Amino acid sequence: MPNFIEQTKNNFNTVADHILKSLASNEAANINLQAEESLFVRFNDNHVRQNTFVEQRVLSLTLQKNGRTANLSFSLTGNNELDLKSATTWLESARLECDLLPEDPYQVAITNNGTSDSTLLGKLLDPSAIIEAITQAAEGTDFAGLYSGGPQISANKNSAGQSHWFAAENFFMDYSIYMGEKAVKGVYAGSEWNVDSFKAKLSESKNLLSLMARPKKVLEPGAYRTYLAPGAVAELASMFYWGSFSFNGYKQGTSSLQKLADKEKSLSPLFTLVENFKMGLTHRFNSLGELAPEYQELIKDGELKTYLISSRSAKEYGVQSNQASPGESPRSLEILPGSLKEKDVLKELDTGLYLSNLHYLNWSDRANARITGMTRYACFWVENGEIVAPIADMRFDESLFDCLGGNLLAVTDFQEINPAVSTYESRAFGGNKNPGMLIKDFKFTL
Amino acid sequence: MLDLNRTMKNLKSEVDWLNLRFVTEKTTYRSVRDDKPDTNNINFDQGIMIEVIVNGHFGFSGTSDLSDSGIKRALQKAVAVAKAGSKHKVHDFSLAQRPASQGSYRSPVVKPLDSFSAKEIMDIFTAATSAMKLSDHIVSRSATAMIVETQVHSMSSSGADIAQNFSIVSTDYSATALKNGETQTRTDSGGLARCLQIGAEVFNRESILARCTRVAEEALELLDAENCPNTSMDLILAPDQMTLQVHESIGHPLEYDRILGDERNYAGWSFVKPEDFGSLQYGSKLMNVTFDPSISDAMASYAFDDSGLKAEKEYLIKDGKLLRGLGGLESQSRLGLPGVANSRSSSWNRAPIDRMANINLEPGTSSLEEMIAQTERGVFMMANKSWSIDDYRNKFQFGCEYAKLIENGKLTKTLKNPNYRGITVPFWSSLKAVSAARETYGSPYCGKGEPNQIIRVGHTNPFCLFENVEVFGA
Repeated sequence: MPNFIEQTKNNFNTVADHILKSLASNEAANINLQAEESLFVRFNDNHVRQNTFVEQRVLSLTLQKNGRTANLSFSLTGNNELDLKSATTWLESARLECDLLPEDPYQVAITNNGTSDSTLLGKLLDPSAIIEAITQAAEGTDFAGLYSGGPQISANKNSAGQSHWFAAENFFMDYSIYMGEKAVKGVYAGSEWNVDSFKAKLSESKNLLSLMARPKKVLEPGAYRTYLAPGAVAELASMFYWGSFSFNGYKQGTSSLQKLADKEKSLSPLFTLVENFKMGLTHRFNSLGELAPEYQELIKDGELKTYLISSRSAKEYGVQSNQASPGESPRSLEILPGSLKEKDVLKELDTGLYLSNLHYLNWSDRANARITGMTRYACFWVENGEIVAPIADMRFDESLFDCLGGNLLAVTDFQEINPAVSTYESRAFGGNKNPGMLIKDFKFTL
Repeated sequence: MLDLNRTMKNLKSEVDWLNLRFVTEKTTYRSVRDDKPDTNNINFDQGIMIEVIVNGHFGFSGTSDLSDSGIKRALQKAVAVAKAGSKHKVHDFSLAQRPASQGSYRSPVVKPLDSFSAKEIMDIFTAATSAMKLSDHIVSRSATAMIVETQVHSMSSSGADIAQNFSIVSTDYSATALKNGETQTRTDSGGLARCLQIGAEVFNRESILARCTRVAEEALELLDAENCPNTSMDLILAPDQMTLQVHESIGHPLEYDRILGDERNYAGWSFVKPEDFGSLQYGSKLMNVTFDPSISDAMASYAFDDSGLKAEKEYLIKDGKLLRGLGGLESQSRLGLPGVANSRSSSWNRAPIDRMANINLEPGTSSLEEMIAQTERGVFMMANKSWSIDDYRNKFQFGCEYAKLIENGKLTKTLKNPNYRGITVPFWSSLKAVSAARETYGSPYCGKGEPNQIIRVGHTNPFCLFENVEVFGA
């Protein structure tokens, strides 16, 4: 029996080709597939709370007809005979939609943006062995988290002859280990499970947890010199996914970087942020099958170089597209490193806060790029370059124009990859890469 | 449509007990921006979750392959994962956590959703965005609907047979105003907060246009408004902000899976301990909170949860005292505490976990006018726009779209960028008046769980007055 990737490729080609061959002369179509065969194992206290196996395939169809646009998606079974029947039905539904809808003024013409075919096979542990491998390695710890692994697929075809296929076998173990209410966070991810690497990762986490044995220090609200480790910077950077780089958002008045774009505010020359597909964390083609630039500076030395501009926005506002996804969110974001060496982090922090993670961020004032959120996991009070005690969690409320602006003192010369661990509806692709940052007067309010 | 009876007969001989949960869901997105069509998407999702118990452990396997062979393969996977997990199971479960209930549920609908065409919706929405064009300072106008039709049919080998059909519409009407570098957005009670189990009657042209005009007027009003002051003062929250307040600072901390630590690695833990039930004074004596799946049009009304437990109204907090938490039969067995029917999954591809459903503050006896009249200096905040709370659900900071200053018992100036912060129990202890009138809102997007799940929640709440709260502006 063919494996999931091979079977899905055959199924997608059969169904997509059937739809494309069925189009009338006044119709054009773009087709996407998202599919996965995933094992999820949820742990609590190094025991299995729930384990779930999921096999799913979703086909999305955009039909253009007489200037109208209909978008439909439907589940595929993987069985060609059944799926050809439902594809015929949904194509008819899309035609009916087009007949009912008004003209789409910003319809993007369907063109051939090329062909790609990439399948990255991994060496994952057999599903029957995963639980033993993880619980044995984590024995003696209060271990909680999620293992997720298996093949995932993104593919595209259109009526202009374009064709893209991306399949990858990978996994992540997103975990935390606890000492009472104190905890340390870790993620072990990749395409090849290596028991020694996982044990080494856990060992790092255990060492960090041992530093939390001292009583928590309760700090008063105020401004503190603060080191954000790469995990905390990743949380801060996650706010850039909320429409910050959307050109449409800029034109509609909702981008948090509006004042940066309009030169009313500036960021530090130490801060450079790029969209970097060379990292190989995800595929370059978007849902229109367009290839984004391999490497694109979004903010360079503190200045906004460009927004992410989709072809739809380009048409609406009469500008050039940079092949952004329709949602105009970053897909492979990297904050470039600076010069602060790992061995010097505590010395340069001197006295202040070392924050490994942040939690539950949200805009408190989007127009001024002000964010609120909490400290979480291994966060310490540092005096004279020495870790003194873990801290009781604090709430911060801080503008990016301050902490990534004049108050950004240094960026580390090392970065960490933050793999995507989101599993809403399906496993996410990709991730981002971030350094640590030393910041003065980071503001805490509660 | 999958015939579960036939499927069950085909599979029954292979394991001692199994449950099939077949879900079909059609989600239609319609939106108009600046009088032009923006989004028209129809997503049709279907699949089946196979659930088995092996050695006291549940195994789950979901598939979109609805062929006979696909379902058989999914059953084999369910058995395999149950066996593998059972050696390290967190608890010894049994059929006691899967009652053999039978019954059905259907959302209250006056006009079926398919009685209203795409064209009719787009026509109303185009008129709606036109109605918001009150000034050149309005730079963005949008009207959005998310229309969901869900059928869930569950059947177990022990005799459970439950069919539930949901008709849900979430709408959002939004205007963004811009002047001299100042941007303000006002919506119709918060982004998609106006979400109900309802039919096409929700698309009432007259009501929508009137609300859109108010939304645009208030967006413009905010451009010239003063910032919310930075001080501590009395705070009145409208029901569309109480939705968020109740959700984050009561709903989530009372979820048993958080208290048990299942959720620690993702959304977080809870400040509530098992021993707090029956003893913790959560708030003032005016605070009465219920889990109520019987509110007719609320988002999370249903007859049975996904374990098959019949859903009934229960008091969680009475006269300010914590009585009961939000946990389904699995968590109740693990904790030895009574709970509610809230074992819910987002769809066929996820296992059920403890989720809040409709969590409501019961009505009081005051009117909004009386609350305003008794406030010497305070602020009245409406419609959520920002939310953040710690992983134990203690330290929160929430922001609203629109506010009015209260001076000497009267509403005076409009305030922009209103925010407030506090700590859960002290905040609820400061509750000093609750209105008799209530309004129903909710969210289609409550995220939680590993793997992640989005679920729908409903909140029917009164206006509430809180004493001496830290408020601030931009």
